[in-house]
Amino acid sequence: MSDTTKAEGGGRGATNAPTAAGEWPLWEVFVRSKAGLDHKHCGSLHAADAPMAIQMARDVYTRRQEGTSIWVVRSDQIVASDPAEKDAYFDPMADKVYRHPTFYVLPKSVDHM
Amino acid sequence: MYTQAMDTMSKTDAAELKKPVRSAEDLAREERFEARIDAGDFIEAKDWMPEHYRKTLVRQISQHAHSEVVGMLPEGNWITRAPTLKRKAILLAKVQDEAGHGLYLYAAAETLGVSRDQLYDALHTGKAKYSSIFNYPTLTWADVGVIGWLVDGAAIMNQVPLCRCSYAPYARAMVRVCREESFHQRQGFESLLVLMQQGTEAQRAMVQDAVNRWWWPSLMMFGPPDANSPNSEQSMRWGIKRISNDALRQKFVDATADQAKVLGVTLPDPDLKWNEERQSYDFGAIDWDEFWRVVNGDGPCNRERLAARVQAWEEGAWVREAALAHARRQALKEAA
Repeated sequence: MSDTTKAEGGGRGATNAPTAAGEWPLWEVFVRSKAGLDHKHCGSLHAADAPMAIQMARDVYTRRQEGTSIWVVRSDQIVASDPAEKDAYFDPMADKVYRHPTFYVLPKSVDHM
Repeated sequence: MYTQAMDTMSKTDAAELKKPVRSAEDLAREERFEARIDAGDFIEAKDWMPEHYRKTLVRQISQHAHSEVVGMLPEGNWITRAPTLKRKAILLAKVQDEAGHGLYLYAAAETLGVSRDQLYDALHTGKAKYSSIFNYPTLTWADVGVIGWLVDGAAIMNQVPLCRCSYAPYARAMVRVCREESFHQRQGFESLLVLMQQGTEAQRAMVQDAVNRWWWPSLMMFGPPDANSPNSEQSMRWGIKRISNDALRQKFVDATADQAKVLGVTLPDPDLKWNEERQSYDFGAIDWDEFWRVVNGDGPCNRERLAARVQAWEEGAWVREAALAHARRQALKEAA
């Protein structure tokens, strides 16, 4: 979901401050495709404010009944992990095999617990 | 709509992109990057990437986006003149899709560190190109059907492999585009079928005339022959491009030649012949002079298309400013 959360947003000021160039701010769009499922990131768009972002998200991302609910959030409000630290963050988990149920060998008669 | 970006970049840009990497550190990073590409990994926006890769993608994705947006103009020409309410609703939906495709693609390009306004500016000042096909006029209603069948058909051939592009935000945008594009091609073919099977003699002649005018420009959409497409090789290696221009063009000819028979039109190429040995159609020589003329700004509608885009942008300025002013005032009210 971090397609647009990179340094590119750096020139942008605090909430609701437009870009220096007068560009409409960037928003990330999340759509729930049907009741019971998570909202899923599906893209981004520019809009002047939140109501417009919702309206445009509807027009751009749900033209064929792709959703039942939309979230929008200013891209510059998203805090993302740093890909350069990906290894330090995520790789150690590979050593922790005991976190998985398959680590534990049980007698066949109870193995389906 | 496909972009001919690979083949239409300026010589200076092409030379600049080929500059060698500088430091040993860069070299090591580039090696790791190449290894990821070779392993079939997707590259995400925040991952390190060589400058050449980034620039190539900005160029290709933005040209693709421009093509979608300019592509609305030839078809938009017929919205008010569609023959029935049903066809008008279909055409409106299709043109709205093209706007959406443009937006998905601009958003993908923006992840590479360029702003939307920079991209628009490049289009409006003529620095950026868009697909040559949209510089041809839509003279009759049959042109709308033929654009769906041939132009969108060629676009689909080009775009399906782009769903596996190594740059993930582009690939994701393409998945969305391709899901919607099939309707475009089918509605075009179906509207031509109605004209051919239930139409008058004059309507059938109108379809044949439209096919005659759009056939060769459609073949040009795949870009110059592989031998004259020097930037393709690097793009293939980087997984930005998956299938060569000529291979895609052949695939398109093979698919379309059979569809033309169902439709009952002839394709305007006396050399079009089934080759039993190759299990493919042979076809005649493409007029590449015409292609380059159109790419370089001298097609039938280049000036008109660009002028229409610039006018829309300039006349919309007050709306963009007013929306921002409104947002600012609302924010102040909320803060108070």
